[in-house]
Amino acid sequence: MNIKRKEKFLNIAVMIFAFVAALMFVMPTVLTIANSFMTSSEISANYGVMLENMTEDKKTYISENLNLKFIPDKVTFDQYRDVLLKNPDYLLKFWNSVALTVPITVFQMILAIITSYGFSRYPNKFKSIIFFAYIILMIMPYQVTLVPNFLVAEKFNILDTRWAIILPGIFSPFSVFLLSKVMRRIPVSYVEAAKLDGANEFQILTKIHMPLCKGAIVSIAMLVFIDYWNMVEQPLVLMKDSAMHPLSVFLSQINTGDIGLAFAVGTVYMVPTILMFLYGEDYLIEGITYSGGIKG
Amino acid sequence: MKKRKDQCGRRGEKIFSNICVMPSLIGVLIFFLIPFGIVVYYSVINNPIMHDFVGIENYKKLIETVAFKKATANTVTFSCIAVPLAVILSLWFAVLLERNIPGKSLVRTFFLSPLMVPTASVVLVWQVLFHNNGTLNQIIEMFGGNSIDWLKSSYGQVVIIVMFLWKNMGYNMILFMSALAGIPRDIIEVAKLEGASGWYQFVHIKLRYLSPTILFVLILSLINSFKIFREVYLLTGDYPYELYMLQHFMNNTFNSLDYQKLSAAAVLFSLVMIVIIAILLAVEDYFGKDVE
Repeated sequence: MNIKRKEKFLNIAVMIFAFVAALMFVMPTVLTIANSFMTSSEISANYGVMLENMTEDKKTYISENLNLKFIPDKVTFDQYRDVLLKNPDYLLKFWNSVALTVPITVFQMILAIITSYGFSRYPNKFKSIIFFAYIILMIMPYQVTLVPNFLVAEKFNILDTRWAIILPGIFSPFSVFLLSKVMRRIPVSYVEAAKLDGANEFQILTKIHMPLCKGAIVSIAMLVFIDYWNMVEQPLVLMKDSAMHPLSVFLSQINTGDIGLAFAVGTVYMVPTILMFLYGEDYLIEGITYSGGIKG
Repeated sequence: MKKRKDQCGRRGEKIFSNICVMPSLIGVLIFFLIPFGIVVYYSVINNPIMHDFVGIENYKKLIETVAFKKATANTVTFSCIAVPLAVILSLWFAVLLERNIPGKSLVRTFFLSPLMVPTASVVLVWQVLFHNNGTLNQIIEMFGGNSIDWLKSSYGQVVIIVMFLWKNMGYNMILFMSALAGIPRDIIEVAKLEGASGWYQFVHIKLRYLSPTILFVLILSLINSFKIFREVYLLTGDYPYELYMLQHFMNNTFNSLDYQKLSAAAVLFSLVMIVIIAILLAVEDYFGKDVE
């Protein structure tokens, strides 16, 4: 009896602790969204100090301290109106992000499906050597891969264009690595059965491998999308023209200017990925689970 | 992996599967492998016009550069603290959530959510939190402490470690949770019957089964730790006060078009990565062999 009670008490303690920790994990996101609905006067009252550039003796601002607030005094869509209608700059940068991220995600996935199929069928020594090279390449951080990417972009004269980021992005081996691991788990008997029914290799790919890997394909696509949606390194190195930079880079420049707008732009920018997360969380978790283990 | 004898197939099918690999292989060769060969070549010549072999001259120059030393020191410090923390804390949370508590999946969702939120979107909140007059300092002062200039002192490392954990713990946690769920129940039951304590079960049974996952999370966190430049750049820009990272060094070297230094840095970095990964794989091989 005593042990059971102790166990129950521990469970409650763990639950409270886990919930507090979990709330801290969503807090920055929730705060960003909440603050995007504040009026500009409320924003300057709360964040005036940041705009004043921290000169100690100037007392022009209303509050000396920065106040993070969860609930706006008055809900307004003014910031959104400015972002979406008044200033085309933000929409343009948003479009830049789309124009980089969507082609990379789509073509990387198409290529990954075909390549992983090739890797998972008829394994041989040649393929396993290539696969190992892919793993090494996947482990390399941007600080290493950006130098070769830069050289190629310069050689092909695509520096300062979107292609400089899109082309290496398409051939990034991350999705091939994950999807190959999933496809290798497909029992050979399925393939044999399809063959007996007269399916050719192409049909095996489209009728067996692709439907069976649907969850994995969706979740890998989400991971690829968010990674490139978040990109900062590549545009900074491969695109000198800041007019072509995606919103992920541009946001750092608004942050020091109009704070209210920055909250709204930030919220707009997280809409696609948040929607993906809400819609495909189960897929995502399944995909992450698959990714475990570097060798298997 | 088991050999698949039954997959003998016709010749044409084998060729098809080889052809499938080709487009990707050609792309990887053109965009990564061949140019990397050129990078290695650039790192041992004096300049792209003369093409004189200079051996390790460029590497020597690189290592003597003050900015490179600072960038390396900051990056290594960060990775050495953040990566183990990311592994240990997420494992700890995964073990905690093994308990039968209500709302478990909601907690998991909350932990995973930062993964899907672009860093650029929330960076402002972090700035307000860690600003000189920001929320955290107000809390510290409320308890009678002295405020800390987080972003412009050596405490900057704390800020980016927190941001790193915030972003990556959810992913790691899910990997650990699924690995924990995969441990055969009967072994744990037997251990319990024989009176093994929770801690004993964890160290002697669970950790053994988790070792491949721990290795994977370690490597993953290491790779992700080099992406912290994003957070640093968005927080502090091109020339941060204390948080000058390797990517800052690379960017500034790109701007001055110093190919020799860049190439040497990239080659050196890739070698270090390969050595680290090889060591990790060897360690895992040693510890994990008797479970499989």
